Amino acid sequence: MKNIKVALIGNPNTGKTSLFNRLTGLNQKVGNYPGITVDQKIGKSVLSQEVTAEIIDLPGTYSLNASSLDEDVAVKVLSDPQNKNYPDVVVVVVDIENLKRNLFIYTQIKDLGIPTILAINMADRMADRGIDIDIPKLEALLFTKIALVSSKQNKGISYLKKMILSYNTISTTPCFKEQETVLSKFAKDETKKHHLETVRRYQFLKEVLQETFSQDPHNAKDIRSYLDRILIHKVYGYFIFFALLFTLFQALFSWSEIPMDFIDNTFAFLSEWVKNNLAKGTFTNLLAEGIIPGIGGVVIFIPQIAFLFLFTSVLEESGYMSRVVFLMDRIMRKFGLSGKSIVPLISGTACAIPAIMAARNIENWKERLITILVTPFTTCSARLPVYAIIISLIIPTEATFLSFNVQGLVLMALYLLGFVTAILAAALLDKFLKITSKSYFVVEMPNYKLPLFKNVAINVAEKTKTFVFEAGKIILAISILIWGLASYGPGKHIQQATEVVTEQYPNYNTEALQTEIASYKLEHSYIGVMGKFIEPVIKPLGYDWKIGIAVLASFAAREVFVGTLATIYSVGNEQESTIKERMKNEVFQDSKKQVYSFATGVSILLFYAFAMQCMSTIAIVKRETNGWKWPLIQMSVMSGIAYITAFIAYQLLA
Amino acid sequence: MIKNHTVSDLQRGERAIIKSFNEVDIPLKLIEMGCIEGNYVEVLQRAPMQDPIYLNISGTYLAIRLEIASKILVEKL
Repeated sequence: MKNIKVALIGNPNTGKTSLFNRLTGLNQKVGNYPGITVDQKIGKSVLSQEVTAEIIDLPGTYSLNASSLDEDVAVKVLSDPQNKNYPDVVVVVVDIENLKRNLFIYTQIKDLGIPTILAINMADRMADRGIDIDIPKLEALLFTKIALVSSKQNKGISYLKKMILSYNTISTTPCFKEQETVLSKFAKDETKKHHLETVRRYQFLKEVLQETFSQDPHNAKDIRSYLDRILIHKVYGYFIFFALLFTLFQALFSWSEIPMDFIDNTFAFLSEWVKNNLAKGTFTNLLAEGIIPGIGGVVIFIPQIAFLFLFTSVLEESGYMSRVVFLMDRIMRKFGLSGKSIVPLISGTACAIPAIMAARNIENWKERLITILVTPFTTCSARLPVYAIIISLIIPTEATFLSFNVQGLVLMALYLLGFVTAILAAALLDKFLKITSKSYFVVEMPNYKLPLFKNVAINVAEKTKTFVFEAGKIILAISILIWGLASYGPGKHIQQATEVVTEQYPNYNTEALQTEIASYKLEHSYIGVMGKFIEPVIKPLGYDWKIGIAVLASFAAREVFVGTLATIYSVGNEQESTIKERMKNEVFQDSKKQVYSFATGVSILLFYAFAMQCMSTIAIVKRETNGWKWPLIQMSVMSGIAYITAFIAYQLLA
Repeated sequence: MIKNHTVSDLQRGERAIIKSFNEVDIPLKLIEMGCIEGNYVEVLQRAPMQDPIYLNISGTYLAIRLEIASKILVEKL
């Protein structure tokens, strides 16, 4: 079986990803999540019985003069024959609607001397727009082969595959390069040279298209101007945007509650079943008390994460997101941000990691840095399980305010708190950071289009999968670690637990005795000792040492909180009950007062709203800012704010 | 004498031809997207508070801030 490497490249919004999906189906995988090749998707496509193609979907870019990290990936792959993804053939995807600009990058790639095929996408619109192209002539002038395709209607794909198969018959003659020597004579300065080169390339394309391309101007109308009039209107525009956000957050809480409860119950049941039906022993305990609750703590995210990705992906695909950027830029700039910060701030409600990476689109370094620093304040989905369980413990389900569900309103208030804090922090940073950099704000306003179901579905599945697996690894590892620390302890206390407790409470019945023994064991386990050690620090916040452990463990990742408590409360616990019930019944050892009181609940909510508890985010901030300085400052400041606000809240409410 | 106009002076719906700019002030990306001498530019819309500005530059739809727009010299049509 022969395998050829194919690189797919093109401007953003040319339907490159749709074409990739058509070529590879579900046979694709995304490169390492926090790794450097984050946007580089690779998929397999069967071309014939003997030949398969490995297709690399390079990030969308306007040119090979890399001005962002994403574009840099594309340049690295294409310009270095030693690169492991260096292709045998390149397919440049262009959109029929803006051929000249789309062909610009084609001329640059052609000059690299790799066999290059031109795929003209959205060919189904040709008739609509009155477009006529002389394909054979265009092929001759550009030294290439052209495939007219429609990824939307699945047309021309097999023709494109055939062309890829016969890639070694395609000319590798550059279409522009011979002029480059002329250029360098005229312009010694890099900037001038790029400018001149651009002008010359466009001149070349203009001449080429004059001979091969014609469009009847009467057919050029589209829905753009109509929709723009409403969607970026100075009143309706904002109204529509905020209405969309409001709907999202109300829906998010009420829609995902059902699957989340279901997942919670299923895992509680599973854990119980394992305990009752497998042979008693260390492994069964590890499974029932460490691994199953650990996995449950990850799976419970799926509904909310998937929903958030669905939302952002539809907004991006439809072209609406650029309009939001346009609407918000002036306002965001007041706070030292850019209109483009909206994308990270909204994506941040799913997960800060892709959000911080999305900040790469911001051209201005200062605005980008501020966006990176404040994005972790937005309420990511890892906070949701913490919020959800605490809110359900301290606010009654039936409570309503003006006929809105109070639980939902509190959740919304927390989202708002995160967002407002992010904005205020940005304004402060803007005052104190002494960085001057040029604004260079350019945002393409793509045509509106109906999102393709297949694209959205693949996108959501892909992102959810990577998130669950990446976060899952950490959560699972920590759950097992916590289980171990909670099951074993220094000295002989654990082995002697039964004797000591029986002696101390001779009048207790078996059940009460079991509970006492379990808590005695936990108290004398490694984790118990650690928890006791930090108790003085967290006591003023209204936490006992068990919560303290969960908070400590959460510094790896917030979502570990619920899982850790689930593990702590289930070690040695024989009854089947959900984590929520166990938390409700939890009392302070000394005062016997309920642990999850209103004051402690609010204090936990505030702590989690502000604290930077996510190793992956710290790692990504380190990478995106090139050093430890910013992530460390970010972590200390955020955690400081968290401690102080939680302290004040508890002291006032208790 | 002909008055020098820039893209930022154009009213909504006005069209002009790009005359000149200093490449130091203009991001290369914008040039590559078609902001070159001789191409036409049309103002489609201005965001609330007049900034950014939404343009059609020779068939490419994009938005830039006034700061950059004021560096691009044009001749009104």
